[in-house]
Parts: sequence; structure tokens; C-alpha cells
Amino acid sequence: MKRRFGLWMLATVVVALGLGAWWFLFDPSPSISEAGPTDSVAALVERGAYLERGAYLARAGNCMACHTTQGGEPYAGGRAIETPFGTVYSSNLTPDRVNGIGNWTSVDFWRALHEGRAPDGRLLYPAFPYTSFTQVSQSDADALFAYLRSLPAVAQANRPHAMRWPYDSQLALAAWRTLYFKPTVFQNDPAHDAQWNRGAYLVRGLGHCSACHTSRNLLGAIDERLALAGGTIPMSNWYAPSLLKAAEAGLGQWEVADIVRLLGTGQASNASVAGPMAEVVLHGTQYLTQEDLRAMAVYLKGLPQESAQRDGGVAAPSAIGAGIYDDQCAQCHGQQGEGVPGAYPALAGNRAVLMRNTTNLVQMVLHGGFAPATRGNPRPFGMPPYQLVLDDKAVAAVLTHVRASWGNQAGAVSELEVSRYRARETR
Amino acid sequence: MGRALQVTDVRARSSVSLVHRNGAGGVSHVRSGGWCAAWLCRRLHQWLLPLALLALVAPLRAGGFEDSIAQRMRACTGCHGENGRAEGNVYFPRIAGKPAGYLYNQLRNFRDGRRNYALMTGMLALLSDGYLQEIATHFSGLDLPYSPSAPMTLTAAQQTQAHTLVQQGDASRQIAACTECHGPALTGFAPHVPGLLGLPRDYINAQMGAWKTGQRHARAPDCMADIAKALRTDEVALISSWLSSQALPRDTHAVTRLPAPTGATKRPVCGSAPELAQGRP
Repeated sequence: MKRRFGLWMLATVVVALGLGAWWFLFDPSPSISEAGPTDSVAALVERGAYLERGAYLARAGNCMACHTTQGGEPYAGGRAIETPFGTVYSSNLTPDRVNGIGNWTSVDFWRALHEGRAPDGRLLYPAFPYTSFTQVSQSDADALFAYLRSLPAVAQANRPHAMRWPYDSQLALAAWRTLYFKPTVFQNDPAHDAQWNRGAYLVRGLGHCSACHTSRNLLGAIDERLALAGGTIPMSNWYAPSLLKAAEAGLGQWEVADIVRLLGTGQASNASVAGPMAEVVLHGTQYLTQEDLRAMAVYLKGLPQESAQRDGGVAAPSAIGAGIYDDQCAQCHGQQGEGVPGAYPALAGNRAVLMRNTTNLVQMVLHGGFAPATRGNPRPFGMPPYQLVLDDKAVAAVLTHVRASWGNQAGAVSELEVSRYRARETR
Repeated sequence: MGRALQVTDVRARSSVSLVHRNGAGGVSHVRSGGWCAAWLCRRLHQWLLPLALLALVAPLRAGGFEDSIAQRMRACTGCHGENGRAEGNVYFPRIAGKPAGYLYNQLRNFRDGRRNYALMTGMLALLSDGYLQEIATHFSGLDLPYSPSAPMTLTAAQQTQAHTLVQQGDASRQIAACTECHGPALTGFAPHVPGLLGLPRDYINAQMGAWKTGQRHARAPDCMADIAKALRTDEVALISSWLSSQALPRDTHAVTRLPAPTGATKRPVCGSAPELAQGRP
């Protein structure tokens, strides 16, 4: 009797453990007790305004940037997102029934954003930044879902991810999530007003700013305590500067109106966006309302700031660099590095030029480029690429010269740095 | 009378001294003297001419900024120059004077991945269709002289073969003559078909090769891909060499009407130039 009872106990424990493991990995039922609206979304009276809201939120989250290939159909997926662990391919978000979200419910969509799970319970790779999107409200998720469902269906199959072992298993993902992810609901902070909270909701949630502007550990995770403190974007040669340091991209000393203008048009009186941030403005923030941009500006301006201090050593002026500058740069950036307001950035006193991390500087010289053609700046000025004209030594010399002239006091740029940054294409 | 004029020693004299070089290499002086005898005129002569010259030169030296499309396009002319540039094994094709529709298509092709060149894609990635249209129109409207063509290196027989392909195509392989679409003088057909003269041989080889291998695409139906794939590589080499050695005609502008199709080959249907079917835009 005792023995049989013991066996039954053992069997029960084993079954319980098995169920627990199964639930942990593959639970298909929502873990949120709050029941959300089902497909009665369609029953909403002001469907047009609702879809507009969804379209707006898609801009705030810049979903199209990852979920569209170069020159491809919008939201049909297929874009390769390189990570240090392999390549993730974005999925088809159009309402195609076979390849897209045509068979999804709004609860499925909400779980993808909030919990990082597919409708079949599969765990999603955090290359899809659900670590930020988890804070998006369910009502916003529903509006976004309604908008995506209203798009034309594109029958484009999803490309299987190309992740390296052992990162290609659900078990590895489950372990990562145990360590680094917990579904969170955005809470208003009563110590701040509604505008600040709206800004916090946008920056921390759909804006997913910390996904780029924070450094990641060896397993690709972000420490929330270091959020927005700056980081090199993995697998690219761009550095997303710290929003907490006046010497980098800290906005504590900026006017709210200038922050709004930078995010809304790509240009402010003293700054311009470049690289991946230019894409963010072009496809995302330029479409936000002035009110929302002000809210984000107030939030970002209010972040704790580390005051400006000179980073690193001071370079000696370079005669070769001066010669290259006269030949190639002075016609636009000026003999005194004064630039032309609204057209060519000043190099004198420009904190993007003076940052300790010189990645972005080297990228600008090698690749050139235009400011983004936004509604507020539809005919931007641009800079030619110099990678075919200047070798690594020349780029290092001219950048060293710029960082040591006209009152600029920042460290030299070495040939080794330039060749490291040249080594990888950014697009 | 000689042609060359030199202004000498403006400062110290009371009048400007013009020095003519005559045809025999000798020099004769002409003094403008009399009417400038007054004090004011003397001062004007001391300062006006140098100032006038300076006014011409200064904007070029300071790179004078103007809020114009030309200023914005310095991001492009830095590499493409006025006439295209070839340095070492790098070449930037000439874009001045090409048909506007053609330039617009190429800008979008680079931006959207139908043509593959990372530097161009990077430059255009953040630009809107409307701005690309303005850029295309700007460069299309530039009327700049062409550089001299490359010297002809083909034998007489090769020239004949190339000439035949260019002017008559090959009916057996459904290859239309180049002149069928690119114009009787190969200066292009507005607004979508470019001229073929004044381009480096290596550039033409690279583009035909890119169409052959599928690296370059135009809007479907991609007529140039069909032609490039039908031609043999030795024929491509002959054509590119022949084209790059042709002198430019006096009128280098693209034609706005094509003559009725001649010969046995039909004018191909091209997605990037739908007006070819009519022979006019």
C-alpha cells in the first residue's frame, strides 16, 4: 500500500514537472488575466479614425523599417537583421492568411508585443524588441493590429531564421528570457505630469529608443539601469550616443522646441541626424504630432545628465590633415569649421565631432550622405563619400586635424580605428 | 593684330596700358590715356579693375554658398564632376545632359536595390521620390561640353562588325539595333532612353555584364537584360570599344521623336521606357 502510494506520488510529481516545463516553454493560453477585445474590433463605430490611430502608432514604432526589405512591399517582412548570434528575418505583417497575420486575433497580436510569443506559443527572438514593446498598452496594440489587418495582403513567405547553434533553439531563448525579460505594463509615474508620462510611454515603449541607445552584454541583453546610456549598434559601424551625457547626445541643455525640430524634421539649429537615426526620423518620428514630440522632448530633457567633461587626450594639429581639409572639406564646412547654418554642420564646437567614440565621424567621411528628406526638410543638403578618394591614413589625418582646430580639443583618430570601421558595410 | 590681351601694371600709372601680342610674336602698346586724366578716373583705374577681377574670382575661391539645387548637388558632383570621372580603376559616369526620366529611374533603382552599388544606395537611401525627380531634372538640364572620346583601337574588320550590330542589330537573335531605341545618332530618346556616346568603355562593359548576370535590373519587361543576354561577350567588347571611340555629334541632346522602326528587328517593349512603342513621349 505504502509502496503503491509512493509510486503514485512519484508519478504525480513527474507529471507535474513535465506539465510545468511544457507550460513554461509552450503555453498557448494568454498569461494575462485581463481579457482583451476579440475580433469585435470590426464592430467599432469610428473605424476610419481607429485605423488612422493604428497607422500613427506604426509610425511611432517604426515597424516598417524592420518589416520591409529594400524596395520591397511595405510590411511584407523578409529584411535580414544581423545579430552576433546569426541572422533573424522579419516576418510578414500583412493580412495574408498563409504567410502573414490574416489568421491572427487581436489577442495573438497583443501577446506577440507584450510577451514575445507567436500564436502557436513559440518564443520570438528579441531582435523583435518586445523588451520595449511589452510596455505598449493593449488598446494601442489593438489599434495597431486593426491597421495592419487593413493593409493589402502580400503573399510573401517568411524566411526561416539563420541563427547559429545553440542560439537557434527555443530552450536557449527560454533561458535568455528567464534572465533578461519579464512582461511589464507601463505605469504612470504620479511624481510627473501627464506630458512627461506620455513622453516616457513613447520613448520606453513603441519608440524602443533604448534598443539602440544602450550597450548590450555578451548575450545581447540590455541592462535597464543603463538604458539610454549609449551603445554601439550590434553588427553595424554606428554608435548610438548617450542621452545621459552632455558630451554626447544629452538633451538637458537643449530647448524643447529644438528637440522637437530635430525629431520632427531631422534638423535643428545646431544639429542634424545621420546614419540609423536619420532612418528613424524619416520613417518614424517625422510623422508624430507636435504634442507627442514635445512630450518625448520633455521626458528626454528630464533624464539625469552627466555634465560635459573633456573626454580623453588632446591631439596635436596635423599639417597633412590641414591640407586635406582645405582641399576637400573647407568649401562646405568653412575655413574656420563654421559651416553654413541649415546646410553644412559647423565642425567647431560640435559635440558629435568631439565624442570619444569616433565611429560615427569615420562613417560620415567614408560614406557621406544626405540629411533625410522629411516633410520639414524636403530638399536636404548632402556630403560626398570620400572612401574612394581618401585612404585610412588620410581620413585619420583630416579627422585628427578637425578635432584639434578652432578651439576643438579632442583626441587623435588613428589609422587603425579608421580601417576597423571601414571593414564592414553598414547597409 | 594679335589675340592675347594682357593687363599690366595697373597701379602706378594714370592710365591702363594694354599690351597686344601680334601675330608675329611682337608686342605693341596701346595707351587708353586721354579721358582718364581726371583724379577720380585715376583712382578708379587703380582700384576698379583689380576689384572687378577679384569679384569674379572670390566666389570661386570661397566656394560661395547659395541656397540652390546646384549647391545641394555638390554632394554628387564631388564624384561625378562635370563630365564624369575616371581615376585608376574607379569611374563615375557622366550624368549631365542625360534624359530626365532615365536619371530618375536610375536614382530610384539605386535606392530600391535594382542596381547594386553600395555608395550610391547609401547616398540615396534617405531621399524622397519628389526630391529625386528634382535632382534628375537638374542634371538633365545641364549643357556641358563632352571630353574628347577615346582613340579607336579596333581593326577595320572589327569596326565593320561593331557598326553592323549597332546600326542593324541581329534579326536571327531578335537583337534590335542600338539606334532603334537610343536614337539615330545614339544621343538618346527623351525622356527615358540614355545616349550611348561619351561613356568609358569599361563602364559600358560593366553595365552589359551586370545585365547578363542579373545584377542590374530595370523595370520589367527588362529589354536591356534580354539584349545583353543574347549578345556574346566578344560582341559586347566590340560594341563598347566602338561606342567609346565615337566622336560626339554637334547636337548631343536626346531626340524627342524616333523614326519609324527599320529593318527586320522589332523595337523591344521596355518597362522603363513605355513611350518606345509610339516612338514619341
